[in-house]
Amino acid sequence: MLEIKGLRANIGDNEILKGLDLTVKDGEVHAVMGPNGSGKSTLAQVIAGHPAYQVTAGSVTYDGVNLLDMEPEERAQAGIFLAFQYPVEIPGVTNAYFLRSAYNAVRKARGEDEVDPLEFLDVMEEKMKLVDMDPSMLNRSVNAGFSGGEKKRNEIVQLAVLNPKLAILDETDSGLDIDALRIVADGVNKLRGPDKSAIVVTHYQRLLNYIVPDYVHVLAGGRIVRSGGKELAIELEEHGYDWIQTHAPEGAGAARG
Amino acid sequence: MISIVTQPESPVHHYLESLDELLGGKASRVAELRVRAMDRFVSLGFPSMKNEDWHYTSVAPVATRVFNRSPSAAPGAALDVAPMLFGAPTWPRLVFVDGWFAPELSHVADRPGVRVSTLAALLADGDSPDVGRLGEIANHDTAAFTALNTALMQDGAVISIGAGVEVDVPIHLLFISTGPEALSASFPRNLLVLERSAKATVIESYAGVGDETYLTVPVTEISLGDGARLEHIKVQNETAGAFHVGTVQARQERDSELHSFSYAAGAELSRTNIYTLLDGPGSSCTMNGMYMVSGLQHVDHQTRIEHAQPNTTSREVYKGILDGHSHGVFNGKVYVRPEAQKTDGKQSNNNLLLSQHARVDTKPQLEIFADDVKCTHGATIGRLDEVALFYMKSRGLDAEQARTLLIYAFAAEVLEEIPVKAVRDALEAAVFARVRGEQLQVAGD
Repeated sequence: MLEIKGLRANIGDNEILKGLDLTVKDGEVHAVMGPNGSGKSTLAQVIAGHPAYQVTAGSVTYDGVNLLDMEPEERAQAGIFLAFQYPVEIPGVTNAYFLRSAYNAVRKARGEDEVDPLEFLDVMEEKMKLVDMDPSMLNRSVNAGFSGGEKKRNEIVQLAVLNPKLAILDETDSGLDIDALRIVADGVNKLRGPDKSAIVVTHYQRLLNYIVPDYVHVLAGGRIVRSGGKELAIELEEHGYDWIQTHAPEGAGAARG
Repeated sequence: MISIVTQPESPVHHYLESLDELLGGKASRVAELRVRAMDRFVSLGFPSMKNEDWHYTSVAPVATRVFNRSPSAAPGAALDVAPMLFGAPTWPRLVFVDGWFAPELSHVADRPGVRVSTLAALLADGDSPDVGRLGEIANHDTAAFTALNTALMQDGAVISIGAGVEVDVPIHLLFISTGPEALSASFPRNLLVLERSAKATVIESYAGVGDETYLTVPVTEISLGDGARLEHIKVQNETAGAFHVGTVQARQERDSELHSFSYAAGAELSRTNIYTLLDGPGSSCTMNGMYMVSGLQHVDHQTRIEHAQPNTTSREVYKGILDGHSHGVFNGKVYVRPEAQKTDGKQSNNNLLLSQHARVDTKPQLEIFADDVKCTHGATIGRLDEVALFYMKSRGLDAEQARTLLIYAFAAEVLEEIPVKAVRDALEAAVFARVRGEQLQVAGD
């Protein structure tokens, strides 16, 4: 589904990703962990197409096509979804209008009919239950005045509505209490499937108790320095990120453990 | 009778001559008022940019041309006014063409307690005591354009709503300029009087047809009695080559409410003054507005809210959207007089620049002489939020959709304050159309 090779990316003159390799196959959930500043969020943003980052080398292939040639909206329409670490507030645009516009844009790209506001309400009702979201939120402006937890849940509602093939969760767990974390994780788990993949970017192992990954990668200094199964996350939790730096095995940087 | 001296070749002298023709040597209350006003206009002259109130707006294009007052009513029957109307066709409306009342385009049904007339009818009896009401509120001592209007005023709406009368449909005053000849000018003058506890909604809109350069200098005076409530919506949609310098000036008695909305999207150069005097305890006003310009347009708003009595409240939000090489100006003054304790005032002006070349000068001004007041003000100038654009695109919206939605959202916050749905819908549609139009231009580069 997604194949990243030798990816290097800058923001301004600052190189953040320094030759990153990662392969995600259909149905797999990959966790990307790492200390602050290791490039986790940059990886997520580059896959989604954030214009502030320049890719200087390497390739990203999604379902056989060059992802780096695509605009952010084309990536979304092709089934990539990034749940933002800091969801953006858009005062004056209601959630209902925004979500329906997004839903219809994605449907149109897939050659499906657009839905009207009434049909869309039916779609929403079901999706909002997934994350226990109050329906009144539909008439509120996108994320405006939402608490941290509400914003993260709203990202998962969007994820559920757009039903992507590849979901990237960028520190969706940060700032959530344990109940909210469970709700968000349950929502994500219900969306898993054999043809759906996810990259879960997180600083803490905690989230991985709820969203159990197939693979865990440790990112440090802009490269993947270690990959393994879900047990790697537990080791990390016990020993901290410093332990990785001193115990990096030969051949680190390979995508698969 | 006129003993005012001017340079014969100056445009100011030209307006003096217009006045001479208008008076035809007859003395009356109106004539006296006109002469006094012209005297002030000649002394003041057109404001220069050294004048603090005109610091960011040059009226040179008006001051250096000679505009001719349209001498008489033009036949308006051939005009298609449908695109210039709002809401139901049955709403009472007074249409003025090139400054003169056009009865064939207007209709006003009799309503108990509501008197609707025209200024021309009022002035026809030059010694009518009602003439004394003119200029009571819109002071021309220091305001050159108000002085010019007072000297040369021709026609307009005179509406008086009796005590306790609530008019349940909006009254539309529509001013259309057709540019009957090159450089024509009109000086509409409106008088709106709401007696005690009267309620009304008045839409005052300006539009043009054709491509002649013309000048509109309207003045609207508003008197609100105790507990009266007026929704006043001004819509300035003049043609691209037009100049518009207009003033709306109100005085409010105890517990009265003025809700003003000013929309300006037309004209090459426009200046809109909205002034109110909160002259009774407990009176309040909201002054909201939006301007949206592009190309080489210049749009200027000056608002003045004078808190003259205790427990008065004002709320003000103005928003601007500027594209191309356009220039926006906002100057919002809030005065709190020493006796106006417990004043509660909030003012903000937010601007969205859509191009590198657009410019805004914003100057919120608070002058407070009382010590127990709550007043805040603020101004922002920004561009479209790149992060928000990316966020929307990452959800599948294309660049144009994302941009349109963000601009619309910016405007919606203030447009939704417009109390008349038909006007709100029309202006929302205008914002969408303008945003999409600009987008096409960009795409066609």
